[in-house]
Amino acid sequence: MSEPVKTSLSLKHLRALGSQYRGIALVAIWAVLLLAPYWMPPLGGYTALGTRVLVLGLAAMSVNFLLGFTGVLSFGHAAYFGLGAYGAGFALKFLAPSTPLSILCGMLLGGVIGAVLGALIVRRRGVYFAMVTIAFGQVFYYIAFQWSSVTGGDDGLRGFSRQPLDFGLFTIDILSNSNAFYYFVLFCFAIAVGVMGFILRSPLGRTMIAIRENERRARFLGIPVERHIWIAFTLSCFFIGFAGALYALVNNFADPRGLHYSQSGDFVMMAVMGGMRTFWGPLLGAAVFVVLQDYLSSVTINWMSFVGLLFVLVVLFFPRGLLGFIGTKREQ
Amino acid sequence: MSVLDIQRVSKRFGSLIAVQDVSLNVQKGELRAIIGPNGAGKTTFFNLISGFFAPTAGTIAFDGRDITSMPASQRVTLGMARTFQITEIFPELSVFENVRIGAEVAAGFRLRPWISRAEKTEVDRRVTDTLKLTGLESKADRRVGELAHGDQRAAEIAMALALQPHLLLLDEPTAGMGDEETYAITQLVRRLHRDSNFTIVLIEHDMRVVFHLADRITVLDQGKLLAEGTPAEIAANDAVQAAYLGKAA
Repeated sequence: MSEPVKTSLSLKHLRALGSQYRGIALVAIWAVLLLAPYWMPPLGGYTALGTRVLVLGLAAMSVNFLLGFTGVLSFGHAAYFGLGAYGAGFALKFLAPSTPLSILCGMLLGGVIGAVLGALIVRRRGVYFAMVTIAFGQVFYYIAFQWSSVTGGDDGLRGFSRQPLDFGLFTIDILSNSNAFYYFVLFCFAIAVGVMGFILRSPLGRTMIAIRENERRARFLGIPVERHIWIAFTLSCFFIGFAGALYALVNNFADPRGLHYSQSGDFVMMAVMGGMRTFWGPLLGAAVFVVLQDYLSSVTINWMSFVGLLFVLVVLFFPRGLLGFIGTKREQ
Repeated sequence: MSVLDIQRVSKRFGSLIAVQDVSLNVQKGELRAIIGPNGAGKTTFFNLISGFFAPTAGTIAFDGRDITSMPASQRVTLGMARTFQITEIFPELSVFENVRIGAEVAAGFRLRPWISRAEKTEVDRRVTDTLKLTGLESKADRRVGELAHGDQRAAEIAMALALQPHLLLLDEPTAGMGDEETYAITQLVRRLHRDSNFTIVLIEHDMRVVFHLADRITVLDQGKLLAEGTPAEIAANDAVQAAYLGKAA
């Protein structure tokens, strides 16, 4: 049962190298994000595109919080994303003209409804779990679609816009200054992602990874699996509700299609394409998705078939996703 | 004082009675082996004890407390840990990370989204102690999925030990092992029993292991209690001989 000590030493060395790489990668990611308004326009992009990547990336990372780190696939997370958007829109339209308040309302609406429905969903597993999440998600899509007097129906919720940030001494105009808005969204993104990363490195986060790895073992290590999946589901709904609220601010508009299960599918696609076992993979997936959509939709109305084709290629040739692929390359 | 007191439990699956009227009493510090031919209901009996499913009839008391219908994860919290016949581990995680999950649950941290530096140091120390006890120190950073079978079994035992249990349930700890690995695991179980005073119930097929380790032996056959006694008594028992040799008793 004993093996040469040398092996484990050199492995330890490799691990140390790996964590060094991770540190560099982390700095690189934040540098790219912080400087996006400066490098995107010369490359033919525009800042609002970067804003969309951040918001949809955060949504995909929220889905992946469940899929990649708890091992549970939700196909109905667009519902909580859309609820976040409507929550923010309602707050701006009917409550008070405050951007932070609208984000808080959106996050609470998505998160609280997610918590309630999650309690009904977490006893299901696998395909059944995915089906129930779709079913609950579609309920909200049809409510938003049909209840026109409140939600605006097919036209979506309009008649609100994000408000300048008022700090008393000074205000930041995030409505007309797209760079200022980008940095505001990046700030929100950083908070959400920071909290997410913090949780995943905690004992609570480790119980989630334990459930992903082996549910039976987790249960017999004293982890009440259903309760922990519920916690993960609820947290992920708060995160995606937060992203949904930001999305309403991006568009000054809440779209019923944002609640539809095909939107959930897009989030799952971003997560899988980017690499669902990696923390940052879904952001990369969202970037690829958003950029392709922006570029291809101006060329052809069938842009989705090209995104689909790329998705198939990634799944076939990089089963661990784009970022997962880089990760395995490095380990070898 | 009895750690485990089981009174006449039965488990029925449809028309099949997998376990029928079996009673078992395990004293603190005892090492009890459960043996029996294939299909005797040993693993089903284990699953009843650990709460994998509830018995159709009978009662189970642990440390004097009725746990008959308590969920598995709660039994673990009370101090009952088990391993499985087919190794159940977290293959993608390192040995250290596998054991740490048990240590953090035992410390009551499973719902904590943060831990202090002091708490982390304490958890790490417990994990290291457990790894030393099971001889896995040098493999702490290895991924469990890539270890040899014997080391994976040891890692699973380490995960259970990290829970600091009052009762350790081992389902065929030497299943699928060669002689050398069997010897290593037997020595480990012996150390846990003799030196660390763990109360252990184990299912085992390898009779050398059973007679080497057990204080008392319980024999099941076709779901029923066939015999119970010291290794010497069981070796001399005619009914046990018959059950193993397939003769009518």
